[in-house]
Amino acid sequence: MAETALLPATRDEDWRYADGGYLAGADAGALMQWRTLDVPAGETVLDCGTMSKPGTDRLRVLVRKGGRFEAFTLITGSDYSRVELDVTLEEGAHFEFGGVTVGGGSAVQEFVTRVHHAHPNATSSQTVRAVQWGRATGNFLGRIEVARYAQKTDAAQNFKALLLEKGASANTKPELEIFADDVKCAHGAAIGALDDSAAFYMAARGLAPDLARRLLVQAFIGDAFAALAEDTAREELLNSALRELGDAV
Amino acid sequence: MLTIDNLSAKVGGTAILNGLSLAINAGEVHAIMGPNGAGKSTLAYVLGGRPGYEVTGGSVTFMGQDLLGLEPHERAAAGLFLGFQYPVEIPGVSNVQFLREALNSQRKSRGEEPLSGGEFLKLAKDKAGLLKMDMEMLKRQVNVGFSGGEKKRAEMVQMGILDPALAILDETDSGLDIDALKIVGQGINAIMRQPDKGVLLITHYQRLLDYVTPDFVHVLAAGRIVKTGGPELAQLLEAEGYESVAGEMAA
Repeated sequence: MAETALLPATRDEDWRYADGGYLAGADAGALMQWRTLDVPAGETVLDCGTMSKPGTDRLRVLVRKGGRFEAFTLITGSDYSRVELDVTLEEGAHFEFGGVTVGGGSAVQEFVTRVHHAHPNATSSQTVRAVQWGRATGNFLGRIEVARYAQKTDAAQNFKALLLEKGASANTKPELEIFADDVKCAHGAAIGALDDSAAFYMAARGLAPDLARRLLVQAFIGDAFAALAEDTAREELLNSALRELGDAV
Repeated sequence: MLTIDNLSAKVGGTAILNGLSLAINAGEVHAIMGPNGAGKSTLAYVLGGRPGYEVTGGSVTFMGQDLLGLEPHERAAAGLFLGFQYPVEIPGVSNVQFLREALNSQRKSRGEEPLSGGEFLKLAKDKAGLLKMDMEMLKRQVNVGFSGGEKKRAEMVQMGILDPALAILDETDSGLDIDALKIVGQGINAIMRQPDKGVLLITHYQRLLDYVTPDFVHVLAAGRIVKTGGPELAQLLEAEGYESVAGEMAA
Protein backbone atom coordinates (compact mmCIF):
# COMPACT_ATOMS: atom_id res chain seq x y z
CA MET A 1 0.00 0.00 0.00
CA ALA A 2 3.01 2.30 -0.23
CA GLU A 3 1.66 3.78 -3.49
CA THR A 4 -1.68 4.91 -2.09
CA ALA A 5 -0.01 6.50 0.92
CA LEU A 6 1.54 9.05 -1.47
CA LEU A 7 -1.82 10.11 -2.89
CA PRO A 8 -3.28 13.21 -1.30
CA ALA A 9 -6.87 13.21 -0.08
CA THR A 10 -9.34 15.95 0.78
CA ARG A 11 -8.57 15.50 4.47
CA ASP A 12 -5.16 17.03 3.74
CA GLU A 13 -5.42 20.75 4.38
CA ASP A 14 -3.89 21.76 1.04
CA TRP A 15 -6.26 19.49 -0.85
CA ARG A 16 -9.43 20.14 1.13
CA TYR A 17 -11.43 21.50 -1.83
CA ALA A 18 -9.96 19.12 -4.40
CA ASP A 19 -12.03 16.56 -6.29
CA GLY A 20 -11.75 13.50 -4.04
CA GLY A 21 -12.94 11.10 -6.70
CA TYR A 22 -10.31 12.33 -9.13
CA LEU A 23 -7.53 12.07 -6.53
CA ALA A 24 -8.47 8.51 -5.63
CA GLY A 25 -8.11 7.37 -9.23
CA ALA A 26 -5.07 9.47 -10.15
CA ASP A 27 -1.50 8.42 -10.76
CA ALA A 28 0.39 9.59 -7.70
CA GLY A 29 3.63 10.10 -9.59
CA ALA A 30 2.11 12.51 -12.10
CA LEU A 31 -0.11 14.19 -9.56
CA MET A 32 2.59 15.00 -7.02
CA GLN A 33 5.39 15.97 -9.37
CA TRP A 34 7.00 19.41 -8.97
CA ARG A 35 8.68 21.51 -11.61
CA THR A 36 11.29 23.94 -10.36
CA LEU A 37 12.40 27.36 -11.45
CA ASP A 38 15.27 29.53 -10.29
CA VAL A 39 14.94 33.25 -10.95
CA PRO A 40 18.45 34.76 -10.83
CA ALA A 41 19.16 37.85 -8.75
CA GLY A 42 17.88 41.05 -10.35
CA GLU A 43 16.19 39.26 -13.24
CA THR A 44 12.53 39.00 -14.26
CA VAL A 45 10.83 35.80 -15.39
CA LEU A 46 7.34 35.92 -16.88
CA ASP A 47 5.24 32.78 -17.04
CA CYS A 48 1.91 32.96 -18.95
CA GLY A 49 -0.25 30.01 -19.70
CA THR A 50 -3.56 28.26 -19.95
CA MET A 51 -4.26 24.96 -18.27
CA SER A 52 -6.94 23.41 -20.43
CA LYS A 53 -6.59 19.77 -19.43
CA PRO A 54 -7.34 18.02 -16.14
CA GLY A 55 -4.50 17.29 -13.78
CA THR A 56 -2.04 19.18 -11.61
CA ASP A 57 0.68 21.62 -12.48
CA ARG A 58 2.97 22.31 -9.53
CA LEU A 59 5.83 24.76 -9.72
CA ARG A 60 8.38 25.55 -7.03
CA VAL A 61 10.14 28.86 -7.55
CA LEU A 62 13.08 30.51 -5.86
CA VAL A 63 13.29 34.23 -6.63
CA ARG A 64 16.75 35.44 -5.74
CA LYS A 65 17.69 38.86 -4.41
CA GLY A 66 15.90 41.68 -6.24
CA GLY A 67 14.44 39.28 -8.80
CA ARG A 68 10.92 39.25 -10.07
CA PHE A 69 8.62 36.35 -10.91
CA GLU A 70 5.36 37.06 -12.73
CA ALA A 71 2.81 34.34 -13.37
CA PHE A 72 -0.50 34.75 -15.18
CA THR A 73 -2.53 31.61 -15.51
CA LEU A 74 -5.94 30.65 -16.83
CA ILE A 75 -7.57 27.36 -15.86
CA THR A 76 -10.24 26.05 -18.22
CA GLY A 77 -9.79 22.32 -17.65
CA SER A 78 -12.70 19.98 -17.00
CA ASP A 79 -12.85 17.42 -14.14
CA TYR A 80 -10.11 18.43 -11.71
CA SER A 81 -7.48 21.03 -12.61
CA ARG A 82 -5.02 22.41 -10.10
CA VAL A 83 -2.26 24.95 -10.47
CA GLU A 84 0.03 25.15 -7.48
CA LEU A 85 2.79 27.65 -6.92
CA ASP A 86 5.31 27.52 -4.12
CA VAL A 87 7.36 30.70 -4.21
CA THR A 88 10.26 31.67 -1.97
CA LEU A 89 11.32 35.30 -2.07
CA GLU A 90 14.78 36.49 -1.17
CA GLU A 91 15.53 40.06 -0.15
CA GLY A 92 13.72 42.69 -2.23
CA ALA A 93 12.25 40.09 -4.60
CA HIS A 94 8.73 40.35 -6.03
CA PHE A 95 6.06 37.83 -6.93
CA GLU A 96 3.15 38.94 -9.12
CA PHE A 97 0.32 36.51 -9.69
CA GLY A 98 -2.91 36.70 -11.67
CA GLY A 99 -5.08 33.61 -11.85
CA VAL A 100 -8.48 33.00 -13.44
CA THR A 101 -10.66 29.91 -13.40
CA VAL A 102 -13.46 29.65 -15.96
CA GLY A 103 -15.63 26.58 -16.13
CA GLY A 104 -18.97 24.85 -15.99
CA GLY A 105 -20.17 21.26 -15.90
CA SER A 106 -18.74 19.51 -12.88
CA ALA A 107 -15.25 20.99 -13.14
CA VAL A 108 -13.22 21.63 -9.99
CA GLN A 109 -10.60 24.26 -10.78
CA GLU A 110 -8.17 25.56 -8.21
CA PHE A 111 -5.18 27.69 -7.49
CA VAL A 112 -3.03 26.88 -4.49
CA THR A 113 -0.21 29.25 -3.67
CA ARG A 114 2.35 29.36 -0.89
CA VAL A 115 4.52 32.45 -0.74
CA HIS A 116 7.48 32.40 1.62
CA HIS A 117 8.66 35.86 2.49
CA ALA A 118 11.94 34.54 3.81
CA HIS A 119 13.93 37.79 3.78
CA PRO A 120 13.25 41.53 4.30
CA ASN A 121 11.76 43.93 1.74
CA ALA A 122 10.15 41.37 -0.52
CA THR A 123 6.72 42.03 -2.01
CA SER A 124 3.97 39.88 -3.45
CA SER A 125 0.64 40.60 -5.09
CA GLN A 126 -1.92 37.95 -6.00
CA THR A 127 -5.25 38.47 -7.75
CA VAL A 128 -7.49 35.49 -8.44
CA ARG A 129 -10.89 35.51 -10.16
CA ALA A 130 -13.24 32.57 -10.57
CA VAL A 131 -16.16 32.42 -13.02
CA GLN A 132 -18.23 29.25 -12.69
CA TRP A 133 -21.54 27.88 -13.85
CA GLY A 134 -23.29 24.51 -13.93
CA ARG A 135 -22.11 22.62 -10.86
CA ALA A 136 -18.51 23.75 -11.21
CA THR A 137 -16.30 24.96 -8.38
CA GLY A 138 -13.50 27.51 -8.32
CA ASN A 139 -11.04 27.54 -5.42
CA PHE A 140 -8.19 29.64 -4.15
CA LEU A 141 -6.04 28.56 -1.25
CA GLY A 142 -3.41 31.16 -0.59
CA ARG A 143 -0.83 30.85 2.12
CA ILE A 144 1.56 33.64 2.97
CA GLU A 145 4.42 32.97 5.37
CA VAL A 146 6.47 35.84 6.69
CA ALA A 147 9.66 34.78 8.45
CA ARG A 148 10.90 36.29 11.72
CA TYR A 149 13.41 38.64 10.08
CA ALA A 150 11.45 39.41 6.90
CA GLN A 151 10.69 43.00 7.94
CA LYS A 152 9.05 45.42 5.47
CA THR A 153 7.32 42.56 3.74
CA ASP A 154 4.38 43.80 1.65
CA ALA A 155 2.05 40.98 0.65
CA ALA A 156 -1.46 41.13 -0.77
CA GLN A 157 -3.94 38.59 -2.05
CA ASN A 158 -7.43 39.10 -3.39
CA PHE A 159 -10.04 36.58 -4.51
CA LYS A 160 -13.40 37.18 -6.13
CA ALA A 161 -15.79 34.64 -7.56
CA LEU A 162 -18.65 35.18 -9.95
CA LEU A 163 -21.23 32.41 -9.96
CA LEU A 164 -23.36 32.59 -13.08
CA GLU A 165 -25.83 29.93 -12.02
CA LYS A 166 -27.26 28.41 -8.89
CA GLY A 167 -25.34 25.21 -8.21
CA ALA A 168 -21.91 26.65 -9.00
CA SER A 169 -19.64 27.28 -6.03
CA ALA A 170 -16.39 28.78 -4.89
CA ASN A 171 -14.11 28.26 -1.90
CA THR A 172 -11.29 30.31 -0.57
CA LYS A 173 -9.02 30.06 2.41
CA PRO A 174 -6.44 32.75 3.04
CA GLU A 175 -3.74 31.68 5.47
CA LEU A 176 -1.36 34.24 6.85
CA GLU A 177 1.48 33.16 9.08
CA ILE A 178 3.43 36.20 10.19
CA PHE A 179 6.44 36.17 12.49
CA ALA A 180 7.85 39.63 11.72
CA ASP A 181 6.33 42.76 13.28
CA ASP A 182 6.85 45.44 10.64
CA VAL A 183 4.94 44.07 7.64
CA LYS A 184 1.88 44.69 5.50
CA CYS A 185 -0.29 41.70 4.63
CA ALA A 186 -3.68 42.29 2.99
CA HIS A 187 -6.27 39.81 1.91
CA GLY A 188 -9.82 40.09 0.64
CA ALA A 189 -12.49 37.81 -0.77
CA ALA A 190 -15.95 38.14 -2.26
CA ILE A 191 -18.31 35.66 -3.87
CA GLY A 192 -21.37 36.82 -5.76
CA ALA A 193 -23.65 36.62 -8.77
CA LEU A 194 -23.88 38.90 -11.80
CA ASP A 195 -25.28 42.30 -10.95
CA ASP A 196 -28.95 42.30 -12.11
CA SER A 197 -29.20 46.07 -12.17
CA ALA A 198 -26.10 46.34 -14.38
CA ALA A 199 -27.54 43.66 -16.67
CA PHE A 200 -30.81 45.57 -17.05
CA TYR A 201 -28.98 48.87 -17.55
CA MET A 202 -26.96 47.31 -20.36
CA ALA A 203 -30.06 45.74 -21.91
CA ALA A 204 -31.81 49.12 -21.78
CA ARG A 205 -28.97 50.46 -23.95
CA GLY A 206 -29.47 47.70 -26.49
CA LEU A 207 -26.98 45.02 -25.46
CA ALA A 208 -28.27 41.47 -25.83
CA PRO A 209 -27.97 39.42 -22.61
CA ASP A 210 -25.04 37.31 -23.88
CA LEU A 211 -23.07 40.39 -24.92
CA ALA A 212 -23.83 42.15 -21.65
CA ARG A 213 -22.70 39.13 -19.69
CA ARG A 214 -19.53 38.89 -21.75
CA LEU A 215 -18.67 42.54 -21.04
CA LEU A 216 -19.34 42.12 -17.32
CA VAL A 217 -17.28 38.94 -17.12
CA GLN A 218 -14.48 40.53 -19.13
CA ALA A 219 -14.37 43.43 -16.69
CA PHE A 220 -14.45 41.00 -13.77
CA ILE A 221 -11.54 38.80 -14.85
CA GLY A 222 -9.64 41.76 -16.30
CA ASP A 223 -8.42 42.58 -12.77
CA ALA A 224 -6.38 39.40 -12.63
CA PHE A 225 -4.46 40.17 -15.81
CA ALA A 226 -4.21 43.94 -15.36
CA ALA A 227 -0.62 43.67 -14.14
CA LEU A 228 0.44 41.77 -17.26
CA ALA A 229 2.32 44.40 -19.24
CA GLU A 230 2.44 42.57 -22.57
CA ASP A 231 -0.74 43.49 -24.44
CA THR A 232 -0.71 40.50 -26.79
CA ALA A 233 -0.28 37.98 -23.99
CA ARG A 234 -2.97 39.68 -21.91
CA GLU A 235 -5.48 39.73 -24.75
CA GLU A 236 -4.73 36.11 -25.56
CA LEU A 237 -5.54 35.05 -21.99
CA LEU A 238 -8.68 37.20 -21.89
CA ASN A 239 -9.90 35.87 -25.22
CA SER A 240 -9.29 32.26 -24.19
CA ALA A 241 -11.30 32.88 -21.05
CA LEU A 242 -14.17 34.48 -22.97
CA ARG A 243 -14.18 31.67 -25.53
CA GLU A 244 -14.71 29.26 -22.68
CA LEU A 245 -17.59 31.38 -21.47
CA GLY A 246 -19.30 30.81 -24.83
CA ASP A 247 -20.63 27.53 -23.47
CA ALA A 248 -22.07 29.11 -20.34
CA VAL A 249 -25.73 29.69 -19.59
CA MET B 1 -45.53 56.69 -31.82
CA LEU B 2 -46.36 55.34 -28.35
CA THR B 3 -49.83 54.30 -27.31
CA ILE B 4 -50.40 53.09 -23.77
CA ASP B 5 -53.87 51.68 -23.32
CA ASN B 6 -55.37 50.89 -19.94
CA LEU B 7 -52.04 49.62 -18.57
CA SER B 8 -51.96 47.90 -15.20
CA ALA B 9 -48.86 46.54 -13.52
CA LYS B 10 -47.69 45.25 -10.20
CA VAL B 11 -44.37 45.06 -8.44
CA GLY B 12 -43.76 42.38 -5.83
CA GLY B 13 -47.49 41.63 -5.65
CA THR B 14 -48.54 45.28 -5.16
CA ALA B 15 -50.62 46.94 -7.89
CA ILE B 16 -48.89 50.20 -8.87
CA LEU B 17 -50.35 51.09 -12.26
CA ASN B 18 -54.13 50.94 -12.47
CA GLY B 19 -55.42 51.46 -15.98
CA LEU B 20 -53.04 54.10 -17.30
CA SER B 21 -53.64 55.44 -20.79
CA LEU B 22 -51.43 57.86 -22.70
CA ALA B 23 -50.57 58.56 -26.34
CA ILE B 24 -47.41 60.29 -27.56
CA ASN B 25 -47.11 61.39 -31.19
CA ALA B 26 -43.90 62.11 -33.05
CA GLY B 27 -42.71 65.65 -32.44
CA GLU B 28 -44.28 65.87 -28.98
CA VAL B 29 -42.79 66.35 -25.55
CA HIS B 30 -44.90 65.06 -22.68
CA ALA B 31 -44.26 65.51 -19.00
CA ILE B 32 -45.61 63.26 -16.29
CA MET B 33 -45.66 64.75 -12.84
CA GLY B 34 -46.88 63.35 -9.60
CA PRO B 35 -46.13 62.78 -5.96
CA ASN B 36 -43.83 60.06 -4.60
CA GLY B 37 -45.37 56.63 -4.94
CA ALA B 38 -47.75 57.62 -7.72
CA GLY B 39 -46.15 55.08 -10.08
CA LYS B 40 -43.94 57.35 -12.20
CA SER B 41 -40.78 55.23 -12.03
CA THR B 42 -42.82 52.04 -12.31
CA LEU B 43 -44.23 53.31 -15.58
CA ALA B 44 -40.69 53.94 -16.87
CA TYR B 45 -39.48 50.49 -15.82
CA VAL B 46 -42.54 48.70 -17.22
CA LEU B 47 -41.98 50.43 -20.57
CA GLY B 48 -38.29 49.51 -20.41
CA GLY B 49 -39.09 45.89 -19.53
CA ARG B 50 -37.30 45.63 -16.19
CA PRO B 51 -37.57 42.11 -14.68
CA GLY B 52 -39.86 42.07 -11.64
CA TYR B 53 -42.33 44.57 -13.09
CA GLU B 54 -45.32 42.49 -14.04
CA VAL B 55 -47.91 43.74 -16.51
CA THR B 56 -51.37 42.59 -15.40
CA GLY B 57 -53.50 44.27 -18.05
CA GLY B 58 -53.65 46.64 -21.00
CA SER B 59 -51.35 47.10 -23.97
CA VAL B 60 -48.49 49.27 -25.22
CA THR B 61 -47.84 49.86 -28.90
CA PHE B 62 -44.58 51.47 -29.95
CA MET B 63 -44.12 52.41 -33.60
CA GLY B 64 -46.54 49.71 -34.67
CA GLN B 65 -45.03 46.96 -32.51
CA ASP B 66 -46.32 45.30 -29.36
CA LEU B 67 -43.75 46.79 -26.98
CA LEU B 68 -44.56 44.45 -24.12
CA GLY B 69 -43.71 41.44 -26.31
CA LEU B 70 -40.12 42.61 -26.78
CA GLU B 71 -37.07 41.89 -24.60
CA PRO B 72 -35.47 44.97 -22.99
CA HIS B 73 -32.59 45.05 -25.50
CA GLU B 74 -35.05 44.68 -28.40
CA ARG B 75 -37.01 47.67 -27.10
CA ALA B 76 -33.81 49.72 -27.16
CA ALA B 77 -33.04 48.58 -30.70
CA ALA B 78 -36.60 49.51 -31.71
CA GLY B 79 -35.77 53.09 -30.68
CA LEU B 80 -36.75 53.35 -27.02
CA PHE B 81 -34.34 55.03 -24.62
CA LEU B 82 -34.82 54.84 -20.86
CA GLY B 83 -32.96 57.52 -18.92
CA PHE B 84 -32.36 56.17 -15.42
CA GLN B 85 -33.12 58.04 -12.23
CA TYR B 86 -30.12 56.25 -10.73
CA PRO B 87 -27.67 55.37 -13.53
CA VAL B 88 -25.83 52.14 -12.73
CA GLU B 89 -22.07 51.89 -12.19
CA ILE B 90 -20.28 49.23 -14.23
CA PRO B 91 -16.74 48.78 -12.88
CA GLY B 92 -14.15 47.68 -15.41
CA VAL B 93 -16.13 48.71 -18.50
CA SER B 94 -15.39 52.08 -20.09
CA ASN B 95 -18.15 54.35 -21.40
CA VAL B 96 -16.59 54.21 -24.84
CA GLN B 97 -16.52 50.41 -24.93
CA PHE B 98 -20.02 50.11 -23.44
CA LEU B 99 -21.63 52.60 -25.81
CA ARG B 100 -19.88 51.35 -28.90
CA GLU B 101 -21.00 47.78 -28.14
CA ALA B 102 -24.51 49.02 -27.38
CA LEU B 103 -24.78 51.13 -30.52
CA ASN B 104 -23.38 48.41 -32.77
CA SER B 105 -25.68 45.87 -31.14
CA GLN B 106 -28.64 48.10 -31.98
CA ARG B 107 -27.38 48.74 -35.51
CA LYS B 108 -26.88 45.02 -36.09
CA SER B 109 -30.44 44.21 -35.07
CA ARG B 110 -31.66 46.88 -37.50
CA GLY B 111 -29.54 45.39 -40.28
CA GLU B 112 -27.09 48.33 -40.33
CA GLU B 113 -23.30 48.16 -40.59
CA PRO B 114 -21.35 48.59 -37.34
CA LEU B 115 -19.46 51.84 -36.75
CA SER B 116 -15.68 51.59 -36.76
CA GLY B 117 -13.68 52.73 -33.72
CA GLY B 118 -12.82 56.02 -35.40
CA GLU B 119 -16.38 56.74 -36.56
CA PHE B 120 -17.69 55.98 -33.11
CA LEU B 121 -15.19 58.26 -31.35
CA LYS B 122 -16.10 61.12 -33.66
CA LEU B 123 -19.80 60.65 -32.88
CA ALA B 124 -19.13 60.33 -29.14
CA LYS B 125 -17.00 63.50 -29.11
CA ASP B 126 -19.73 65.39 -30.92
CA LYS B 127 -22.45 64.32 -28.46
CA ALA B 128 -20.25 64.79 -25.40
CA GLY B 129 -19.66 68.35 -26.62
CA LEU B 130 -23.42 69.01 -26.64
CA LEU B 131 -23.50 68.18 -22.94
CA LYS B 132 -20.22 69.99 -22.25
CA MET B 133 -18.64 66.73 -21.13
CA ASP B 134 -14.93 66.06 -21.49
CA MET B 135 -14.02 63.07 -23.70
CA GLU B 136 -11.66 61.99 -20.92
CA MET B 137 -14.74 61.22 -18.82
CA LEU B 138 -16.06 58.94 -21.52
CA LYS B 139 -12.86 56.93 -21.38
CA ARG B 140 -13.49 56.26 -17.69
CA GLN B 141 -15.52 53.36 -16.33
CA VAL B 142 -19.29 53.64 -16.73
CA ASN B 143 -20.57 55.99 -14.01
CA VAL B 144 -17.85 54.89 -11.56
CA GLY B 145 -16.74 57.87 -9.50
CA PHE B 146 -19.16 60.20 -11.32
CA SER B 147 -21.09 62.72 -9.22
CA GLY B 148 -24.89 62.65 -9.39
CA GLY B 149 -24.90 65.48 -11.91
CA GLU B 150 -22.18 63.88 -14.05
CA LYS B 151 -24.16 60.64 -14.19
CA LYS B 152 -27.20 62.49 -15.50
CA ARG B 153 -25.15 64.33 -18.09
CA ALA B 154 -23.55 61.04 -19.11
CA GLU B 155 -27.05 59.61 -19.57
CA MET B 156 -27.81 62.40 -22.03
CA VAL B 157 -24.54 61.78 -23.88
CA GLN B 158 -25.62 58.14 -24.17
CA MET B 159 -28.96 59.29 -25.52
CA GLY B 160 -27.23 61.48 -28.09
CA ILE B 161 -25.04 58.62 -29.26
CA LEU B 162 -27.84 56.04 -29.43
CA ASP B 163 -30.20 58.52 -31.14
CA PRO B 164 -33.53 56.97 -30.05
CA ALA B 165 -36.98 57.71 -31.49
CA LEU B 166 -38.52 58.01 -28.03
CA ALA B 167 -36.82 58.94 -24.78
CA ILE B 168 -38.39 58.23 -21.42
CA LEU B 169 -36.42 60.28 -18.93
CA ASP B 170 -36.99 59.28 -15.32
CA GLU B 171 -36.15 62.22 -13.07
CA THR B 172 -33.22 63.22 -15.19
CA ASP B 173 -33.38 66.59 -13.39
CA SER B 174 -32.83 65.22 -9.89
CA GLY B 175 -29.35 65.80 -8.48
CA LEU B 176 -28.59 68.60 -10.94
CA ASP B 177 -27.49 72.08 -9.93
CA ILE B 178 -28.81 75.09 -11.82
CA ASP B 179 -26.00 75.18 -14.40
CA ALA B 180 -26.15 71.45 -15.07
CA LEU B 181 -29.94 71.61 -15.33
CA LYS B 182 -29.60 74.19 -18.09
CA ILE B 183 -27.00 72.09 -19.94
CA VAL B 184 -29.12 68.95 -19.67
CA GLY B 185 -32.25 70.83 -20.76
CA GLN B 186 -30.46 72.22 -23.80
CA GLY B 187 -29.07 68.75 -24.53
CA ILE B 188 -32.55 67.21 -24.50
CA ASN B 189 -33.79 69.92 -26.88
CA ALA B 190 -30.84 69.53 -29.24
CA ILE B 191 -31.09 65.74 -29.40
CA MET B 192 -34.81 65.07 -29.14
CA ARG B 193 -36.72 68.20 -30.25
CA GLN B 194 -37.29 66.88 -33.74
CA PRO B 195 -40.39 66.16 -35.81
CA ASP B 196 -39.74 62.41 -35.84
CA LYS B 197 -38.91 62.02 -32.13
CA GLY B 198 -40.85 61.99 -28.91
CA VAL B 199 -40.01 62.57 -25.24
CA LEU B 200 -41.66 61.54 -22.00
CA LEU B 201 -40.22 63.50 -19.08
CA ILE B 202 -40.91 62.09 -15.66
CA THR B 203 -40.33 64.67 -12.96
CA HIS B 204 -41.30 65.96 -9.55
CA TYR B 205 -40.57 69.56 -10.27
CA GLN B 206 -41.43 72.19 -12.77
CA ARG B 207 -37.84 73.49 -13.06
CA LEU B 208 -36.67 71.20 -15.90
CA LEU B 209 -39.78 72.27 -17.82
CA ASP B 210 -38.42 75.83 -17.84
CA TYR B 211 -35.78 74.56 -20.27
CA VAL B 212 -37.70 71.81 -22.06
CA THR B 213 -41.17 73.12 -22.66
CA PRO B 214 -43.66 70.25 -22.79
CA ASP B 215 -46.57 70.15 -25.18
CA PHE B 216 -48.59 68.19 -22.65
CA VAL B 217 -48.39 67.80 -18.88
CA HIS B 218 -50.04 64.85 -17.16
CA VAL B 219 -50.64 64.35 -13.49
CA LEU B 220 -50.17 60.80 -12.29
CA ALA B 221 -51.81 59.72 -9.05
CA ALA B 222 -52.53 56.24 -7.71
CA GLY B 223 -51.36 54.62 -10.93
CA ARG B 224 -53.54 56.57 -13.36
CA ILE B 225 -53.41 59.85 -15.26
CA VAL B 226 -55.85 62.06 -13.39
CA LYS B 227 -55.37 65.32 -15.25
CA THR B 228 -53.88 66.48 -18.53
CA GLY B 229 -53.12 70.02 -19.63
CA GLY B 230 -50.54 72.28 -21.23
CA PRO B 231 -47.36 73.72 -19.70
CA GLU B 232 -49.50 75.92 -17.45
CA LEU B 233 -50.60 72.81 -15.53
CA ALA B 234 -47.02 72.33 -14.36
CA GLN B 235 -47.02 75.87 -13.01
CA LEU B 236 -50.32 75.30 -11.26
CA LEU B 237 -48.91 72.16 -9.63
CA GLU B 238 -45.81 74.04 -8.55
CA ALA B 239 -47.97 76.80 -7.04
CA GLU B 240 -50.68 74.72 -5.42
CA GLY B 241 -49.10 71.30 -4.83
CA TYR B 242 -50.19 67.86 -5.96
CA GLU B 243 -52.62 67.32 -3.18
CA SER B 244 -54.97 70.11 -4.14
CA VAL B 245 -54.80 69.34 -7.86
CA ALA B 246 -54.64 65.52 -7.78
CA GLY B 247 -56.68 65.15 -4.59
CA GLU B 248 -59.47 67.13 -6.18
CA MET B 249 -59.38 64.76 -9.15
CA ALA B 250 -59.41 61.61 -7.06
CA ALA B 251 -62.36 62.87 -5.04
